[in-house]
Amino acid sequence: MLLYATRRFGLALLILIVAVTVMFLMIRAVPGDPVQIMLGPRATPELQARLTAELALDQPIWKQLLIFYGNLMQGDLGIDVFSGRSVTEIVFQQLPHTLWLILGSITWSATLGIALGAYAAAHPNTVIDRVTAAISVSFVAAPAFVVALLSLLIFAVNLQWFPAIGAGEGFWGRLNHLVLPAFAIGLSWVGYIARLVRASMLEVMGESHIRTARAFGIHERRVVMVYALRIAILPVVTVIGVGMGFLLSSAVFAEIVFARPGLGKLVIDSITTRNYPIVMGSVLISTGLFVVSTALADLINAWLDPRARTAA
Amino acid sequence: MTDTLLEIDRLSVDYETARGDLKALRDISFDVRKGEIVGIVGESGCGKSTLISSILRLTAPNTRFRQGEVRFKGEDLLQLPERMMRDLRGADISIVFQDPMQTHNPVLSIGQQMLDIQHRSKASKAEKRARAAQMLGAVGIPDPEARLDQFPHEFSGGMRQRIAIAMALMSEPDLLIADEPTTALDATLEVQIIERLQELQQEFDCAILFISHHLGVIAELCDRVVVMYAGAVVESGEVREIFHDPKHPYTRRLIDCDPGHIKERARVLPTIPGEVPDLANLPGGCIFRDRCDQAMPRCTSQVPPLTQLKDGHHAACWLNHKEAAE
Repeated sequence: MLLYATRRFGLALLILIVAVTVMFLMIRAVPGDPVQIMLGPRATPELQARLTAELALDQPIWKQLLIFYGNLMQGDLGIDVFSGRSVTEIVFQQLPHTLWLILGSITWSATLGIALGAYAAAHPNTVIDRVTAAISVSFVAAPAFVVALLSLLIFAVNLQWFPAIGAGEGFWGRLNHLVLPAFAIGLSWVGYIARLVRASMLEVMGESHIRTARAFGIHERRVVMVYALRIAILPVVTVIGVGMGFLLSSAVFAEIVFARPGLGKLVIDSITTRNYPIVMGSVLISTGLFVVSTALADLINAWLDPRARTAA
Repeated sequence: MTDTLLEIDRLSVDYETARGDLKALRDISFDVRKGEIVGIVGESGCGKSTLISSILRLTAPNTRFRQGEVRFKGEDLLQLPERMMRDLRGADISIVFQDPMQTHNPVLSIGQQMLDIQHRSKASKAEKRARAAQMLGAVGIPDPEARLDQFPHEFSGGMRQRIAIAMALMSEPDLLIADEPTTALDATLEVQIIERLQELQQEFDCAILFISHHLGVIAELCDRVVVMYAGAVVESGEVREIFHDPKHPYTRRLIDCDPGHIKERARVLPTIPGEVPDLANLPGGCIFRDRCDQAMPRCTSQVPPLTQLKDGHHAACWLNHKEAAE
């Protein structure tokens, strides 16, 4: 298991390096001189030259990349040109908000989705199964930004159950502010996970070892919850791990609609002002988040399924 | 009759399908006495699997019990509430399934699975573990204590089948159902498993219902044998009787086709020509007549009853009736 974990995280690091390099090159390929945009049309040539040198934009591209990686090793993502603050500090200030939003969304949607899917699979072709199917499909079909706007209108403006904007103060305040955005992002995941669990569960329930467990008189509840669900859940873990990417992009919507601080809002704001260091820093952290979550998903699978430990 | 353990009495089972009712079992009757080994022989699709899933009542949702009883210690299992049925499974009646590679849960350790099936026992976890290790030792798994923490994929097929046998015998059942336990294994392992099964049967004194299409194994292991064809019993009796004096043409052909029975070198192994009749659309008369080389006009119109020929020897063929001699 330890060997597997080491190898898996080694792979994750490799993926991260490739992704960051590609991203670095892509953002440099965008037309327009960042120095001019940052300083505005009235800047003196001396000032422009100084900033160009400061950002190392006068160096050849491979040297820029080396400088970037050199700084990265020291935890230095550069300086925000407008405020002069460290990018690392700005990004890590915003990161927890997004992290909580994503974790909150996936926790509630995975719990409900797995429960619905497992229940539907244990009672196939009953009324409950069909109702679950109809609900899940309509959940999957609802885009996050529509749900976000509608829930904002209904629960925050009309009913005034939850606050409409911001991230809140203190634990309970933050939790209260988290409800609507997490609901908006998680809703389509409930349906998706429920469908996935149901299909995977029905397949596992037909396998011989389930018949063996029943032939030994093991209680049906234990057969479903342990003997079948532990196997049926494996694809769901992988999907959630990979789904972190989608969650990050829906977090951008939610952060804009609910005017929440967070990585998504930071990225959008810095792209419009062509604030390279911040865009780079946020994208780097998001990529890191994605790579780590897929690696974690694989590790959880290896823990759940002994066969996966020897493979890969 | 007090020593009768399992009685299958005129059991008929259908599968409801889109094509109509599939008559998987028709009018099956036989019994298993205490401590006895009864073999069931027949080709694929003859209803062996339906029979054992009916005994355990682990049937597919489209299964319909049309008539008959499955009496275990005098009680009709088909009438028992599900909760009481569950109490019997893995306690009084145990089963070893056909494919050892699929029979264990792949994500739980062997030890965990062997603990789980002792769910009725009041013993402590350590005691249950010791019992599991002892059973693994009894079926010849070396270093059983350490191997309890291993997972099914870390064992070979032969070992997995021995583990399955250990699990089935752990509760000291009165009846062990073995559903082609050696079919998926190679010949050397087959002999090992059969010998082990024989030893354990002596030790635990349980009855075994042994399902196989391997006649050699049946002859070696069983006291009595039931020959099934297309969902019906065509012949039953003592092993010696059946093998030396088969009274049904199907049994005779089956023995002729057994590779272990063929003495001369042949380019082509003998087979029984023809196909098993369509169970959804059964023809009238004898079910074997299309493949039978001794079929008579009577076989097309009338179903031959399963009649007692000698003490304990039954066969369902018109050839055994006086009229045939004329």
